[in-house]
Amino acid sequence: MSEATIADHPTPGLPALSLVPKSDTKQSMKDFKTDQEVRWCPGCGDYAVLAAVQSFMPELGLARENVVFVSGIGCSSRFPYYMNTYGMHSIHGRAPAIATGLASSRRDLSVWVVTGDGDALSIGGNHLIHALRRNVNLKILLFNNRIYGLTKGQYSPTSEVGKITKSTPMGSLDAPFNPVSLAIGAEASFVARTIDSDRKHLQSVLREAAAHPGTALVEIYQNCNIFNDGAFDALKDQQTAQDALIRLEHGQPIRFGAPAEDGLGSKGVVRDLATGELKVIDVTVEGTAGVLVHDSHAASPTTAFALSRLADPDTLHHTPIGVLRSVERPVYDADMSDQLERAVEEKGKGDLAALLAGQDTWTVVG
Amino acid sequence: MTSQVSSPAVGQPLLGEQRKPAKEVQRLDRVIIRFAGDSGDGMQLTGDRFTSETASFGNDLSTLPNFPAEIRAPAGTLPGVSSFQLHFADHDILTPGDAPNVLVAMNPAALKANIADLPRGAEIIVNTDEFTKRAMAKVGYAASPLEDGSLEAYAIHPVPLTSLTVEALKDSGLARKDAERAKNMFALGLLSWMYHRPTEGTEKFLRKKFATKPDIAEANVAAFRAGWNFGETTEDFAVSYEIAPASAAFPAGTYRNISGNLALSYGLVAASKQADLPLYLGSYPITPASDILHELSKHKNFGVRTFQAEDEIAAIGAALGAAFGGALAVTTTSGPGVALKSETIGLAVSLELPLLVVAIQRGGPSTGLPTKTEQADLLQAMYGRNGEAPVPIVAPATAADCFDAAIEAARIALTYRTPVFLLSDGYLANGSEPWRIPDIDELPDLRVQFATGPNHTLDNGDEAFWPYKRDPQTLARPWAVPGTPGLEHRIGGIEKQDGTGNISYDPANHDFMVRTRQAKIDGIDVPDLEVDDPSVVDGQPHARTLVIGWGSTYGPITAAVRRIRAGGGQVAQAHLRHLNPFPRNLGEVLKRYDKVVVPEMNLGQLAHLLRAKYLVDARSYNQVTGLPFKAEQLAHAIMEEGADV
Repeated sequence: MSEATIADHPTPGLPALSLVPKSDTKQSMKDFKTDQEVRWCPGCGDYAVLAAVQSFMPELGLARENVVFVSGIGCSSRFPYYMNTYGMHSIHGRAPAIATGLASSRRDLSVWVVTGDGDALSIGGNHLIHALRRNVNLKILLFNNRIYGLTKGQYSPTSEVGKITKSTPMGSLDAPFNPVSLAIGAEASFVARTIDSDRKHLQSVLREAAAHPGTALVEIYQNCNIFNDGAFDALKDQQTAQDALIRLEHGQPIRFGAPAEDGLGSKGVVRDLATGELKVIDVTVEGTAGVLVHDSHAASPTTAFALSRLADPDTLHHTPIGVLRSVERPVYDADMSDQLERAVEEKGKGDLAALLAGQDTWTVVG
Repeated sequence: MTSQVSSPAVGQPLLGEQRKPAKEVQRLDRVIIRFAGDSGDGMQLTGDRFTSETASFGNDLSTLPNFPAEIRAPAGTLPGVSSFQLHFADHDILTPGDAPNVLVAMNPAALKANIADLPRGAEIIVNTDEFTKRAMAKVGYAASPLEDGSLEAYAIHPVPLTSLTVEALKDSGLARKDAERAKNMFALGLLSWMYHRPTEGTEKFLRKKFATKPDIAEANVAAFRAGWNFGETTEDFAVSYEIAPASAAFPAGTYRNISGNLALSYGLVAASKQADLPLYLGSYPITPASDILHELSKHKNFGVRTFQAEDEIAAIGAALGAAFGGALAVTTTSGPGVALKSETIGLAVSLELPLLVVAIQRGGPSTGLPTKTEQADLLQAMYGRNGEAPVPIVAPATAADCFDAAIEAARIALTYRTPVFLLSDGYLANGSEPWRIPDIDELPDLRVQFATGPNHTLDNGDEAFWPYKRDPQTLARPWAVPGTPGLEHRIGGIEKQDGTGNISYDPANHDFMVRTRQAKIDGIDVPDLEVDDPSVVDGQPHARTLVIGWGSTYGPITAAVRRIRAGGGQVAQAHLRHLNPFPRNLGEVLKRYDKVVVPEMNLGQLAHLLRAKYLVDARSYNQVTGLPFKAEQLAHAIMEEGADV
């Protein structure tokens, strides 16, 4: 807890975690499992995410006691009970706020938020956007299953228009959020998307998120096999995924689809010079000139935002996954600590007696 | 009445120490002054300065700032009037006073809005420059009240404050509009002369406040001095007044003037120091609590972290997160904010983490009267959550008491691992009074022990950490902060199994946990209620009536009780600082008296609790005007309700 302890255990190579003590011993997945019975529905996508996170954590090598998972309410928010770290299962939508208080007062902790599409985007929308704007050192895992599961099947803020659910027998009237677009609009410094069933990809995104100084938002498409089964099949099915899924990699041309002669995808993303918007072209017909090279570190969020808009909310065609945006900017909790240090430098360490006395006193002699 | 004002000599300003009025001096034991003007006239600043002068002179004092919620309400209108009342005396006093002896009215609206509060014979200093036809018509004066004889009952001092100020500043180089703005300092100078206030502090203050605008600073100082000299030279002010320092009223010690919100802020910093825990404030701006956020944000060198959140819910959420991490966590708000925070307070009850919820009450419901005082959130603090969610409540009695109350609330939160309400109000928040600065060594030790290792032996002999295994004395659970190896655990708002803290839906366990959380709060150690009853002879009270209150009504109730006793009446008085749990002896105290009278600035919320818990016929006396009780009115009401006189 003391500054000395923190300094004794730096985590080199991961600036976001440089103040978090490292584990003395080699960890394995089972170190991060608790003795609690996992109570999600059989077949739920949450199991895959839990296993991916549990098997990823040893890679960070952090002292388990310095890792905290904070969640809100919803199916995914049971997550902390299954992670053998410190954890808090809080109230609906408020996890980013609670985690902000923890992360900004304890920089020696690695703080993770687990939330869902209802929790983060509906009741907790305000906290999510402000956490992203502030850039507190938090890693937010947003499980998006496009449905309310725990309350048994109402439409969510990411459900497609016209969705037939228990609360919308004639179809949902709400236009959905695109969480990645929303996050980029909220000044997020790190925004990524991944899929529950693709452990390798999921962990690669977690790796980058963990290393990122500031708030990282990772949207995880997660299947609810009870109330919205198959919501992401277009991205999971070998056949359809090829044309639907755009795998973004920093520094690589944005190509997808069936392989062309050069081995890369036969489709590419280019900028329409007339409108400035992004569009998908057939590179086997139009050539590879002008195909965008993905730059997740671009200072301007415009291209990342444009990429996020390629996806069709109904068919999920042209859905980008991977890290859309990863830029460095001032981190709230670091700056907050700096102000405290500067105040001590400028005014000296607080003297309570002097504070209470103030400038203007008089004395009564007994 | 409208005698010609002789042109004052506003030449060379006198130096502060040379300022000894040459005219007749009368001695008074107490005075109540009210400064009133437009919201933009600087009345609060004027009142603050007069208060500081008075405090440093050594009088006892009590203040009542009263201003509209609008930052700049329409100029010259009745709703736009802002006032500051100050009561000061050579003896100890308890309230800002019922009726002003002196009114400073900067415009017709200020006169009209305040005249009804003045007793006959009161002095009124009016700024005649503002009594134009148009300005008078705006507030419904058909004829000038200065000339139509309607103010015959009062001693009027017509002073062209604006033009005298402009005249005094004619060489300052300021534009007329800027010069006019210093008229409040002219008025302050005049009043400072009338009551022999020390002036150095104000001049120092002005030079510091306008350090970056030296011409404005000097203009204000010049206007202030011109006002003083005006009193000294003009014939309209024949008499000045002396109110001796209230030396006898104060125990020996070093004193300063302090407002409730400032005392509360200092109490939080002191509690953090005494607990050896970093202070973390999560807050969202709201009247009348914002000053605590402002104040604490200045004390980063004490390790204080202040977080201005996106809303009230995030503010308390961040505080609760910091509490989980081992901070002394605080959120500050007022009634509408408490409503938004309720769910998180319930979570804190379930998590059993220390958390201070500072609620500065204001008029309600809804937005209500943001800048006015009220005590109508007691039942909200007591019951305003879903489920059985008991929360201790501590209420300060005076502005200075906010310091001690904050430390007491922190003690309860840290000892019992619970959210605690610190229930102040707008009157305490903004009002000020002298405060004996405590010796740091007198402050209580609030240090806590974090959990460091296993606290339970399992059946198989293994050592384990059980986050809900309680201290048998306090029923508090261990505070195991992240970063402590081996104590990794998960907590949440779902019902927990006793001991292990694991999720449990077991009916008997829920019943047990609900009762245990209640028992923990009921068992909090709070001091016995003290009764002030001079009628007691040989242990037997002769008074048949007990007056009992809570919070900021302490001053008015005590002043009322003194009046009754001074008139030969017998009445006992007690004041509750702990509203949950109540002091153990409260039931016994109530039963000692035939009649129990409960004055409150609500419709009887404490009376309701007393009746429910102790089955006593507690009688309410209520006022919800947004203003504190007046002592005379209360004395009358208490006698009506049955004091033995």
